Amino acid sequence: MSASREIFGTTPFDGAMAQRGYALNKMCFSFNNAANRAAFKADEEAYMRAYGLNDEQAKAIRGRDVLGLLAAGGNVYYLAKFAGILGLDVQDLGAAQTGMSKEAFKARLVAQNEQPETM
Amino acid sequence: MARIIGALATSHIPAIGGAIAKGLEEDPYWKPFFDGFGPARDWIRREKPDVAIVFYNDHGLNFFLDKMPTFAVGAAPEYRNDDEGWGIPTLPPFKGAPDLSWAIINHLVDREFDIVTCQEMLVDHAFTLPIKLFWPEGGGPLTVPVCINTVQFPLPSAKRCVALGRAVGEAVAAWAGDKKVVMIGSGGLSHQLDGQRAGFINKPFDLKFMQSMIDEPEWAAQYSIHELVEKTGTQGIELLNWLAARAAAPGPVHKVHSNYHIPISNTAAGMLALEAA
Repeated sequence: MSASREIFGTTPFDGAMAQRGYALNKMCFSFNNAANRAAFKADEEAYMRAYGLNDEQAKAIRGRDVLGLLAAGGNVYYLAKFAGILGLDVQDLGAAQTGMSKEAFKARLVAQNEQPETM
Repeated sequence: MARIIGALATSHIPAIGGAIAKGLEEDPYWKPFFDGFGPARDWIRREKPDVAIVFYNDHGLNFFLDKMPTFAVGAAPEYRNDDEGWGIPTLPPFKGAPDLSWAIINHLVDREFDIVTCQEMLVDHAFTLPIKLFWPEGGGPLTVPVCINTVQFPLPSAKRCVALGRAVGEAVAAWAGDKKVVMIGSGGLSHQLDGQRAGFINKPFDLKFMQSMIDEPEWAAQYSIHELVEKTGTQGIELLNWLAARAAAPGPVHKVHSNYHIPISNTAAGMLALEAA
């Protein structure tokens, strides 16, 4: 890595994050299966225990705290499956992470059309 | 001998699957996106490619972090789609082209790409949506999936993805099958789903990148992965699939059609159809 200067609001999902978030991501990966989604909904605490989530991860799941889930090692591709259970889309996630309302977040996306066409 | 007829590329936002299933192509939100495919579909109807090699990234359907290959090549008679957890419809299986898969695998390993080979491989929306978008009436081509890791860093460099694509192109050109082959790159363009930078879009970079696919296909390979994440977002890095697909259709091309639309979901959606000159 080019002694990575930081990119604002961005944490590359690298080996350290992949290790930290393994249990959380594994649980979210299991949500590909409808029976697993139902089992989670029926008893979230038992389901989290079965996957060995740590306290930080369990707290972020309970709080539906997207930035907390990322900090706990969650990868957005797997977290999206958790969001799916909650009926949230990526614009809900975007709004939650940027502290905006969903409408404001969507308006900001549309406003990107005003960027110049050339570099 | 096989003939490479060109390269196609498109974004692959999951919501597209829902929009197709609900018939929302004429809906004002979706129309500017779907309308971009018309000339590309006409070209496909005219040229009738037999096989599509699809460069894409899996988002946690086939591969999890327990085993995460940098490059994986499908070698199956068919590829199944499955529940991805967020409610987009599961599609019927896609036919493989195992003879061509093995020709590609043999050549890649000969070229010192240490790939993973998959005789069973679930394919997610990043594979299925381009096929649905370019072949809306069905009757799609035989397929070879080539999966590039864009999930867990370290990711393969853009330069390496170009080299991979080039080697795939060599394998296809040398393959004895008398087929017309089209390359497909799936993903991008600029977007970021995670973190406080969520919603990031870089229109000038995307437009330059799309133009470079036509006349300067290795332009983006000058950048490191870190620089590409900075310029395109953590998911915009999926442009690696476009780079590989374009490198797999070597030589000059002319543009059949392109489309760029902000936003679909959180993404700057790009579409490009290039015909080998």
